[in-house]
Amino acid sequence: MKMVLSGNEAAAYASMIARAEVIPAYPITPQTKIVEKIADLIADGKFNTQFIKMESEHSAMAAAISASLVGARTFTATSSQGLLLMHEMLHWASGSRTPVVMVNINRAIAPPWNVWADQSDSIAQRDTGWIQFYCESCQEVMDTTIQLYKICEDNDVLLPAMLSEDAFYLSHTSEPVDMPDQDAVDTFLGKFDPPYKLDVENPHSFGSLSMPHQWYMEFRYKIALAMEEARKKIVEVDREYGKIFGRSYGGMLDLYRCDDADIVLVAAGSMSSTIRVVVDELRENGAKVGFARLRVFRPFPAEEFRSLAAKVGTICVLDRSFCFGYEGAFFTEIKAALYGIDNPPLVRGYVIGIGGRDVTRNSLINIINDSNNPEIKGPVDTWVDLKRC
Amino acid sequence: MSEKTWKEVPMGGLILEAGNAAEYLTGDWRTERPIFHEDKCKQCLFCWICCPDTSMIIKDKKVIGIDYDYCKGCGICMEVCPFDAIEMVQEGGDE
Ligand code: SF4
Ligand code: SF4
Repeated sequence: MKMVLSGNEAAAYASMIARAEVIPAYPITPQTKIVEKIADLIADGKFNTQFIKMESEHSAMAAAISASLVGARTFTATSSQGLLLMHEMLHWASGSRTPVVMVNINRAIAPPWNVWADQSDSIAQRDTGWIQFYCESCQEVMDTTIQLYKICEDNDVLLPAMLSEDAFYLSHTSEPVDMPDQDAVDTFLGKFDPPYKLDVENPHSFGSLSMPHQWYMEFRYKIALAMEEARKKIVEVDREYGKIFGRSYGGMLDLYRCDDADIVLVAAGSMSSTIRVVVDELRENGAKVGFARLRVFRPFPAEEFRSLAAKVGTICVLDRSFCFGYEGAFFTEIKAALYGIDNPPLVRGYVIGIGGRDVTRNSLINIINDSNNPEIKGPVDTWVDLKRC
Repeated sequence: MSEKTWKEVPMGGLILEAGNAAEYLTGDWRTERPIFHEDKCKQCLFCWICCPDTSMIIKDKKVIGIDYDYCKGCGICMEVCPFDAIEMVQEGGDE
């Protein structure tokens, strides 16, 4: 069914069509509309789910984990400060192997207060054991949310996943979105049926203690293996989804006009659409420019970057976040992925769009022109559109 | 027990069987050891009521000794005994 939906509304509808059974959530700008829309859908009798108004994001995630342990399909949503408050429970979700699916609206971190697009909040959750996706359109929010249940609930994966969409550019911008048929989604996802659940008839202990000489290290190793399984599953599920529903998103790394490209831009989130327009424009003028959209950040598409690097001369990495004391996270990780390959491309890092600053056509053209500059600059010199003296 | 590898342990730190606390011998937490002196004991069973680890061994309604597999050496039994029938000694020292 075609509707005009914002990214927030697409997320709410996706949780409905995926039949999330428990939704503990706490509202925060710019995610609030997700919670409101879910409440509307329940009030209208369209969505049969257990919605729990929580007292904080930390509690929301604790409730989501518990619901998932019972064997319920679980959804929640948050943003920025709320995501940071959840941090402890994010580790708990992956550690207890609960496939909670969460939408995060990428919003800047205070102080100073700023509710606009910035990916620092989710980048700061990199090491929590969550699968991480970044979306480009409201349609992709819808489709990826559905895909994530299929990926996470696989018995070889059983890990939580976070889908990030940029504040306002996606969360509050409406566009036509196709919501797949309920029957088709039901068949695609099946029922959530984890191998172990909280069940009085068949009791197990959850959240136990493990000593250094026992299996703590082994439990962590199993999470590492599950992430490797997720890597395969992400590609498989995207392909299968494409066959059934007619839309897919490039699996781990979404390549756009990269085949014969000399220069490839890498970015995640809503700025991707602007980049595609610029790539098209430059291509018309004969420049061999391409774009690789980082759709999945965890597990990291290292192999995909190595294949890409074998074909291109320069990679310009755009980070809408910054790890103080070093550089943008995407930049660091892409360089690490390319370590040791033959004839590595030049990799340049740019920090852009911090705190919702607009990423314009001109910003991107400047980056592409600068990439020809052979002088390698340090990370603090490559903040794009910074007000300099 | 520790011979299992990552392949055998269930995911997520789960313990699949219920009621397995008995498998965990907490006696090795002990730094002090209670010594039971049967000659002074009047069998009031205060120690049995108060021991948090059910480590007073009872036979025919009488204290006959202490279960060192589980006794954590907290000293509560010594504290509650009205007849000084339990004495605490340093673990590893003379008994
Ligand atoms: S020392 Fe503590 S644990 Fe040991 S027998 Fe006495 S009361 Fe029980
Ligand atoms: S408290 Fe003392 S006297 Fe009473 S049963 Fe225990 S050891 Fe014997």
